[in-house]
Amino acid sequence: MKEIILLKNGELALKGLNRHTFENQLIKNMKFRLHDLGKIRYVSSQSTISVEPADENVDLDEAFRRITKIFGIAGISRCAAVEKDMEVIIPAACEYLKDDLMFAKTFKVEAKRSDKKFPLKSPDICMALGEKILDAYPHLTVDVHNPDVKVSVEIRDNYAFIHGNQIKGAGGMPVGSAGQAAILISGGIDSPVAAWMMSKRGLSLCGIHFASPPYTSQRAEMKVCSLLKQVAKYSGEISLHIVPFTRIQEEIKDNCPEELFTIIMRRFMMRCSEIIAKKNGCGALITGESVGQVASQTMQAIGCTEAVVEELPVFRPLIGMDKDEVIERARYIGTFETSILPYEDCCTVFTPKHPRTRPQLKYVEEAESVLDIDSLVEEAVNNIKFIRITGD
Amino acid sequence: MEAYLDNSATTQPCKEAVEKMNYALRTCWGNPSSLHFKGIAASELLEEARNNIAKKLSCESDEIFFTSGGTESNNIAVFGAAYAQRRRGSRIITTSIEHSSVEESVKALENQGYDVVRLRVNERGVIDERQLYAATNPSVVLISMMYVNNEVGSIQPVEFAKRAVVHSGANALIHCDAVQAFGKVQLKPYNMGVDLMTVSSHKIHGPKGAGALFVKKGTKLVQHSFGGLQENKIRPGTEPLPAIAGFGAAAAAIPDYSESLKYVTDLRNYMVAKLRTIEGVRINSPENALPYITNISVEGIPSEVMLNYLSGLGICVSSGSACSKGHKSRVLKAMNLSDDVINTALRISLSVFTTKEEIDYLIGGIASARKTMRRLK
Repeated sequence: MKEIILLKNGELALKGLNRHTFENQLIKNMKFRLHDLGKIRYVSSQSTISVEPADENVDLDEAFRRITKIFGIAGISRCAAVEKDMEVIIPAACEYLKDDLMFAKTFKVEAKRSDKKFPLKSPDICMALGEKILDAYPHLTVDVHNPDVKVSVEIRDNYAFIHGNQIKGAGGMPVGSAGQAAILISGGIDSPVAAWMMSKRGLSLCGIHFASPPYTSQRAEMKVCSLLKQVAKYSGEISLHIVPFTRIQEEIKDNCPEELFTIIMRRFMMRCSEIIAKKNGCGALITGESVGQVASQTMQAIGCTEAVVEELPVFRPLIGMDKDEVIERARYIGTFETSILPYEDCCTVFTPKHPRTRPQLKYVEEAESVLDIDSLVEEAVNNIKFIRITGD
Repeated sequence: MEAYLDNSATTQPCKEAVEKMNYALRTCWGNPSSLHFKGIAASELLEEARNNIAKKLSCESDEIFFTSGGTESNNIAVFGAAYAQRRRGSRIITTSIEHSSVEESVKALENQGYDVVRLRVNERGVIDERQLYAATNPSVVLISMMYVNNEVGSIQPVEFAKRAVVHSGANALIHCDAVQAFGKVQLKPYNMGVDLMTVSSHKIHGPKGAGALFVKKGTKLVQHSFGGLQENKIRPGTEPLPAIAGFGAAAAAIPDYSESLKYVTDLRNYMVAKLRTIEGVRINSPENALPYITNISVEGIPSEVMLNYLSGLGICVSSGSACSKGHKSRVLKAMNLSDDVINTALRISLSVFTTKEEIDYLIGGIASARKTMRRLK
């Protein structure tokens, strides 16, 4: 029996005339993720994509596992692809779905007949198959509204597909279909979640991390890498730019009022990030800010930080989320355990005891005017270290 | 230049240990429990290692049981002793500055209903034996006390445990975590009145992955994990012979105590004198601590930041215990030190291989950090 994976596109199906560009991007992403598993054929029709192994050695379990982490897919099911003949379909369905049916109490059969030349109509297929399933598994009863197992038969052009319950896919849009954006990542809980959420909306990612050796350690950098690695399992490759930030932080520490340290530092981060983002073809900046979470994320503080970004939009997908919601998401993505490792990062190392919570832009601008902003930013941006991060 | 001054975290394996391991891996790689000649050769190597450890503890070799390291030895001792005496009582006495492998074990027992008394330490990191006498009553089943503290080097009066037990008429077992003392001072569990003693390989220039538990003859322990007959069922599972052989060789290579102690004491005194000349440096270890371990604080520079700075220069020290991975030190807190001191604490730990040049290099590093780093927090 030939086995394939059937994918439902979900939101992509709602697209208009440019739908195929999204589908092509999705197939391209899948080809890239599954390329080492052997020869696989991808067939797209009627808002579903079928992933068909073209040689015997393809590890379908591994392919399935990887596909659950690809954005742009709403639902996934593993199907048996069999000859279009009821004599074949019925025993195949009973056998293929054995594990599901044995442990279920109720079931229903659903049929779709896109090949109208098939002699039986959909309701007839349901009846014929349902009867045989009841014979084979007498403990089952039929429940058409809320079945434990939904047995689906799809009569397509070449094969009949048989599958059980569909599994939820990663959702969202194919990565790359919305362009590229840069995520500012420190090593905390929030930024990897923000990265993941924007990647889910179809953005491919480029990471920016600020490091302040010797105040911050190599462990902090390694931590960021392993966080991004987890995100990259969904988003695909991420290029990480590590910006040397020691000099800037020391200058701020030496010359600016302590209570404005964090806000001025964040303004520098935004300035550097915008330059790096533009250089790398990114169309937006992403941060993990959430209103009111810390002193530098009050409405006024975010206003002060945003004021230095000249052109790019700044995406803050966590802006209205509570910490526990973010943590729940981080656990789901698999970044939480790494995020809580206790290494100092650029955001924690110089933090003032009593930061200003409602900074006013003109005072902040005045306070930082003593610094040679342009040359500090230029020096940082010109000395970037670059690391390529992949999810495997 | 490099200066490795984190010998309480782990030590560099000595030549003897590496050679013995090489032999165990290349030539003598049989399973010590096998009946054929390969197995016999391996079991001979195993017994040789056991003998070496026993000699260093002045005990019989059948009182030495190999484990995977200090943590496992401590777990086996604490749980095994507590469960074996379950009918006699439920009080366990320990100190507030134990290594986490003892602390977390007694905490688990506490959750099961045991009554755990943690003796407080004074500002020198030492318990008061009067407290120990007061806490010991006939319901005590176990006293677990470390010999040398892993963060500050303070030495506990372990020998008082036996006296307290005898005095109170309790039938308690006495466990001593001697991981930081083994190889550095003469340890005689019999003279110390100790029934169970933990030692570890990688703190004495042996490999990681091996440790031992001394179990005084006649002491009953309840099994903690289950499997074959190895190590008299105290620690079932095929013995990691290469690590154990290396451990044995490292133990045999332990230099004469009085000479090594004098060398390290001189080195420590030299270092402390130099450190005192740097402004803002505070010595947290007591005067009479084991000279191998010195805990200091450098005002205004958090431990992790100082560590990174020194690491950049090729100097390895630690911020307290390596096992706590950056969490606040329980030990320094128990010594009632201020938060500022705790947040800036560094542990410098020496070995017999440490040189004066390394100390000078460290002093230079700390001095330059004081000059160039911004004061934080």
